Amino acid sequence: MHSKADHFKENSRRQLGDATLQQNMRRFGGRFAQARAVAMEELPDLEALRDQAAAIRDRSLYQLDEWLLRFEAQAKNAGITVHWAATGAEVNRIVLEIAQAADVRKVVKSKSMVSEETGLNEALIGAGLHVVETDLGEYILQLAEEPPSHLIAPALHKNVEEVADLFAAHHHTPRQTDIPSLCREARVQLRPHFLDADMGITGGNFLIAETGSVVLVTNEGNGRMVTTLPRVHVAITGIEKVLPTLDDLTTLLKLLPRSATGQSITNYVSLLTGPRHDDEREGPSQSHIILVDGGRSEVLGTALQPALRCIRCGACMNHCPVYQNIGGQAYGWVYPGPIGAILTPAYLGLDQARDLPQAATLCGACEVVCPVRIPLPALMRELRQQSVQQGLRPWRERLGVRLWHWLALHPRSYRWFSRVLIWGLSKMANAQGMVTRLPGLDGWTQGRDMPAPQGASFHSLYRKTSRKTS
Amino acid sequence: MRVGLWITCLVDLMRPAIGFSALKLLEDSGCTVVVPHLQTCCGQPGYNSGDLQSGKDLALKFLHECEDFDAVVVPSGSCGGMMRKHYPTLFQDNLELQSRFTALAGRVWELSEFLLQRPLPPLSTRFKGRLTYHDSCSGLRELGIRHGPRQLLQQIPGVELVEMADRDICCGFGGAFSVKLGDISTRMAENKCRSIRATGAHAVVGGDLGCLLTIEGRLRREGDDQTQVWHWAEILAGMASH
Ligand code: SF4
Repeated sequence: MHSKADHFKENSRRQLGDATLQQNMRRFGGRFAQARAVAMEELPDLEALRDQAAAIRDRSLYQLDEWLLRFEAQAKNAGITVHWAATGAEVNRIVLEIAQAADVRKVVKSKSMVSEETGLNEALIGAGLHVVETDLGEYILQLAEEPPSHLIAPALHKNVEEVADLFAAHHHTPRQTDIPSLCREARVQLRPHFLDADMGITGGNFLIAETGSVVLVTNEGNGRMVTTLPRVHVAITGIEKVLPTLDDLTTLLKLLPRSATGQSITNYVSLLTGPRHDDEREGPSQSHIILVDGGRSEVLGTALQPALRCIRCGACMNHCPVYQNIGGQAYGWVYPGPIGAILTPAYLGLDQARDLPQAATLCGACEVVCPVRIPLPALMRELRQQSVQQGLRPWRERLGVRLWHWLALHPRSYRWFSRVLIWGLSKMANAQGMVTRLPGLDGWTQGRDMPAPQGASFHSLYRKTSRKTS
Repeated sequence: MRVGLWITCLVDLMRPAIGFSALKLLEDSGCTVVVPHLQTCCGQPGYNSGDLQSGKDLALKFLHECEDFDAVVVPSGSCGGMMRKHYPTLFQDNLELQSRFTALAGRVWELSEFLLQRPLPPLSTRFKGRLTYHDSCSGLRELGIRHGPRQLLQQIPGVELVEMADRDICCGFGGAFSVKLGDISTRMAENKCRSIRATGAHAVVGGDLGCLLTIEGRLRREGDDQTQVWHWAEILAGMASH
């Protein structure tokens, strides 16, 4: 997917000014967050479970090579063809090769964020294949030609009216605006595609090393159809998704749906272990899995490694006040919200997403809900440090930080500077005691006043009271 | 008990009344209060902007100025979080410093935490009316401050505490964020002010001046010159009236 992540400021300004989007985001509001809070009450010891989940993910990551090789061996045993792809371009090439070898014309897809990373749809369509997204949200976005805005509800930024317009225009059917009818309409449109598709493409929520299985956690029936009806199934997942054992999976499954939508379990949890056997009547005749690096191995062993624990539940964005106001598309690439602000620069390079690590007040709301305890604010701070080291911040900001640093280490100059600042701000204040314009700081004053200082600094007043100071 | 009072850089510059409120509350509860006269800033602005060195330098400066106190008290959850949660992580390559910072972190208190450890002094408040309390992020999530300030405010006769919707959602300040990404910051402040006004409170109170400046600045820009904005310590120390 083409990245617009380096235009975060413009993107977010546009999103803030989009009245429909703002209304849609407000309607969505804290709904997932509330559902999560209720669901978590079912768990007797949530904090201990989060510890376990983080430890499981860490164990996978610390011996990633081992678990991946074990997964590969087990998957091969089960009859799965395992492919390794270092880059997005390689993923697309491998899928095309599989398609050509199996004479594939039509492809149905279930949600796969990694395929968004690689721009797979464009590549397949460019090669003359017919590609249909079958997750309802992704289907809507395919019609609208838009990127996803949320990890688990990709079309969350669209309202019913917009979907009704899209369906009427693309399906040439009478416009309907109630949700059940729209769902039925999508189902009627998609069913023939499921039946005559040659290839089904999915993501994978987890890979199980001990069995060679790909795990899909979904709510719509499309995942099952995509993986059983077409002749060829291709699962595309990041290499970090591996778990050592099925036991580990049960722990993570307690947390994933609850963190995501507040469900104790999703409608479907599928463990796919190879193609149809001779004595079976259903399932694909070929199954492939593509293990994608795409920048992940570069993150391993660095301070950012904890970000690879992510199980894509979306809780961090559901609780992020920045995300809630600007929506997912402002982040400019596949992954939005706090985790996106880390993964995008980690995978694409910090110079490709310079403002993303700054896109947070470090309020910490994400960290307290992350089921695998990713210290998201600390990782953003780490990326901010790297930005400074790589000289990626504007000179005015660097100068400001340096000046403050120097002053804070030189108390006499600092006191003098405070006096000047207080004098200046007081001069600029209006009769109500508010400064309405601050040159150079218009980010503040464009929508806010700055209350003027009270007149003298604490330390100068305190000295006058002739108390003893140490 | 010898208590060091840390006046945050924002309080020093913009609203010394908060510092004097803290001083009064501490002295009234029987502490010997010392204000280290070389103190400047805890280093959080630089640290959060990615300037690790300034965070380290100012942490060391803090250590020099405050290590000898029985307790260090700060009227801000955000600076308190810096001292307690972040300083001890800055020197992982130096065990001696790390253990000194960890030990000192155990003696750093946000003002409400400290006051609640001791018998409450007689209060000379002048505020009467309805208050709503904004939970500032660092205090809430790094130090777990939620009930303390509310409990203190409820001691005041004539004060009615009402809760706003989304009370623990960030006001949009975020230090330099408020300038770098002013549009988003402003929208967050706008949401916060809507929740505040919906309570019908006479004043909004909080424990971090950064948030208070953001909220007051936005309220006034919206033309609301009625809703007062106070640090809870100002109310408690009798510096605020309504
Ligand atoms: S970072 Fe944590 S909260 Fe966010 S999507 Fe990943 S697992 Fe969920």
